[in-house]
Amino acid sequence: MEKDKWVLEMQNVSKSFPGVHALKEINFRLLPGKVHVVMGENGAGKSTLMKIIAGIYKADSGKMLLHGEEVKFQTPRQALHRGIAMIHQELSPVLEMTITENLFLGKEITLGKSRLLDEKKMNKSAEELLARVGLEIPPTTRMKNLSVSQMQMVEIAKALSYHSEIIIMDEPTAAITDKEVEKLFQIIRQLKDENRCIVYISHKMKEIFQIADEITVFRDGSYIGTYDADSITEKELIKYMVDRDLSQIYPKRENTITDEVFQLENASQAGFFEDVSFSLRRGEILGIAGLMGAGRTELMNAVFGITKLNAGKISIHNRIVKKPTPNKMIANGLGYVTEDRKGNGLVLEMGVRDNMILASLHDLMNRIGFIKKKKAAELSLNFKERLAIKTPTMEKEAGELSGGNQQKIVLAKWLMQNPEIIIFDEPTRGIDVGAKTEIYKLITALAEQGKSIIFISSEMPEILGMCDRIIVLSGGKISGELNGKEATQEKILSFAGKNV
Amino acid sequence: MKTSLGKKQVNQLLSKYSLILIILGIALIMTFSTSAFLTGTNLINLLRQISINGILAIGMTLVVLTGGIDLSVGSILAFSGIIIAGLLRDTYLPIIVIVLIAILVACIMGALNGYFISYWNAAPFVVTLAMMTIGRGLTFVFSDGRPISNLPGEYLEISRGSIIGIPNPAWILIVIFILGTIILNNLKLGKYIYAIGGNENAALVSGIPVKRVKLFVYVLSGFACGVAAVIWTARVSAGLPTAGDGYELDAIAATVIGGARLSGGRGKLWGTLLGALLLGIVSNGLDLLNVSSFYQKIVKGLIILGAILIDAKRNKKM
Repeated sequence: MEKDKWVLEMQNVSKSFPGVHALKEINFRLLPGKVHVVMGENGAGKSTLMKIIAGIYKADSGKMLLHGEEVKFQTPRQALHRGIAMIHQELSPVLEMTITENLFLGKEITLGKSRLLDEKKMNKSAEELLARVGLEIPPTTRMKNLSVSQMQMVEIAKALSYHSEIIIMDEPTAAITDKEVEKLFQIIRQLKDENRCIVYISHKMKEIFQIADEITVFRDGSYIGTYDADSITEKELIKYMVDRDLSQIYPKRENTITDEVFQLENASQAGFFEDVSFSLRRGEILGIAGLMGAGRTELMNAVFGITKLNAGKISIHNRIVKKPTPNKMIANGLGYVTEDRKGNGLVLEMGVRDNMILASLHDLMNRIGFIKKKKAAELSLNFKERLAIKTPTMEKEAGELSGGNQQKIVLAKWLMQNPEIIIFDEPTRGIDVGAKTEIYKLITALAEQGKSIIFISSEMPEILGMCDRIIVLSGGKISGELNGKEATQEKILSFAGKNV
Repeated sequence: MKTSLGKKQVNQLLSKYSLILIILGIALIMTFSTSAFLTGTNLINLLRQISINGILAIGMTLVVLTGGIDLSVGSILAFSGIIIAGLLRDTYLPIIVIVLIAILVACIMGALNGYFISYWNAAPFVVTLAMMTIGRGLTFVFSDGRPISNLPGEYLEISRGSIIGIPNPAWILIVIFILGTIILNNLKLGKYIYAIGGNENAALVSGIPVKRVKLFVYVLSGFACGVAAVIWTARVSAGLPTAGDGYELDAIAATVIGGARLSGGRGKLWGTLLGALLLGIVSNGLDLLNVSSFYQKIVKGLIILGAILIDAKRNKKM
């Protein structure tokens, strides 16, 4: 029967972590030459299952069969040797090493039977691998000199280099441009022709329908079902995933836009952006669009005083802010929800409460400088309720929560400051549909309360759905400005490609 | 299912209180192997013995929590000690003034460490290594390489005296511990220290004055050295150019045994205190059993290794 064809089968697999039942009696199987998309909200158990398949976690119970034979991987290395490779959601390159060294890490080629490394041979095959993923960079380049999207493509090349039968891709497109996505899909189609199994995890609906043969949905650690990609709709999928109807993704806005509160004039920073000017009004949501590497994040880092401007000035309420530092900008009513949650947003080892109050401590002190613990507890609990953050306790380490909840903690940290101007840099990156909608609603509500929002996103529909006005950055310069109502994907893209 | 959960909880409790259990276990063994261990005199002696390392380790923990390290504590202790002894011998300044001067000097040395580490972005290991060497050199220069002894009896009371039966050094340790705990649990400085050690970028973006905080923890470590020097000098009744040699390693050992992570962001002061107590009990017990100090070094090393292995295993369980 069909069962004989199954390359991989997971039977009744369960896994718990302290405080979380991550997987409950999961069943899952893979067919050769098919792209199997795995969907679910954050914390649904997708990544956990994939890590069990790839030998990173061990299941508490259940069986894993590879071509009908039971296997128990103790290490990722064993899984690799049995033909299972995984592209991880969080990149893990060794930054100080070259592309070649990273690609051949753990499987270095030596000269004959000696222990001397055959660098020539490795560089040559690295070049071929890079060409396959469409990267035209010398393989001797150090990883740290690559952009995030290039690193992701190298990671994909690395997975290809194992010639694995099963390739697991955990959100491979979260950080790459449309052109690179196209390249990736081309590679995936090739792999299908070679009869390999591809497991593809993504939150991006459009992509999923483009590439999927089968779709499996998880919810809260349980298996919901496996569906044929041709016979299921986006709406149905979302319903299975969140178990509720999401009639509208982008909430209606009733914000009133009034006077200017913020101006940036002729801002430049060598190598990143040049002569950028824009202003922001009270109650306005200003979108900043552009391709990866257009200088959006760098611009915001400078606006927030994390890096220094070479030229230009920042005014808030028509008063120039001299020598901006994060501290000064916070005092001036700015908040910055950073792009990289784990890099700049959270202290993963600290508890939920301590992360939330981190930027508000000066308001939470009594006269002799002690933290008012009761007030801090009440305040953070209040925000936990308001933002519907799911955590067993307020002391739980932030690193142990799902991405959506982590993002909400960062948000809570800033909202506590009651800022007037809030910068959101890719606020929904890597979080699920349900959590996204909640974030959109929060941002919209903030604008309606008269806050000014700068909204940076690489996802076009998000920018179009959320913003009153859109600035497009290209090659570090403003290449166009659009009214939110008349903006279209095509117009933004044509501006975005202007200076590249 | 339920029994396995129970087992898990027992395991968690065991690992949480493993240090206390180990200390109790060793105390029990010592009690049975030598009648001299569980006596009032010895226990008071033990408190006196651990006070200096305890104080240094508390300062060290604050530094380690930010992801730094302070190798200069032994040298700073020696230099402050020489200053105390020298001023006692050569001037008629009141003792309290001399003590404050010594602590101030120690704080300044810590501040120099912190200044280069945070404002010049220099590696803590190297900066404090340099300070360790410079401090030791200064100590030799000031003392001419000779001990400064015959300190006034009034000063020696700092170490010899006691209040309700508990020796002064132990009281000082308790005060420093309480101050440290208040800093970490009740002041925003404490949250900042943990945040910087956990994720310096996130701390910076949250508007935390990262550089100032980093500088300040080295001042605090210097302060601890100054306080320890006051006790040390009183106990030995002299300023010695070789004072505090190797103390940095004991302080780091107590910190690590106490469960603090060397890369920062994780650790508790009571853990450090227990770490210092464990080291103290072991060396006190071995002294009583007449074990040579050569072997004691090996035992100490094994304890440090054991502590870090337990910790590594605990973290791996995820």
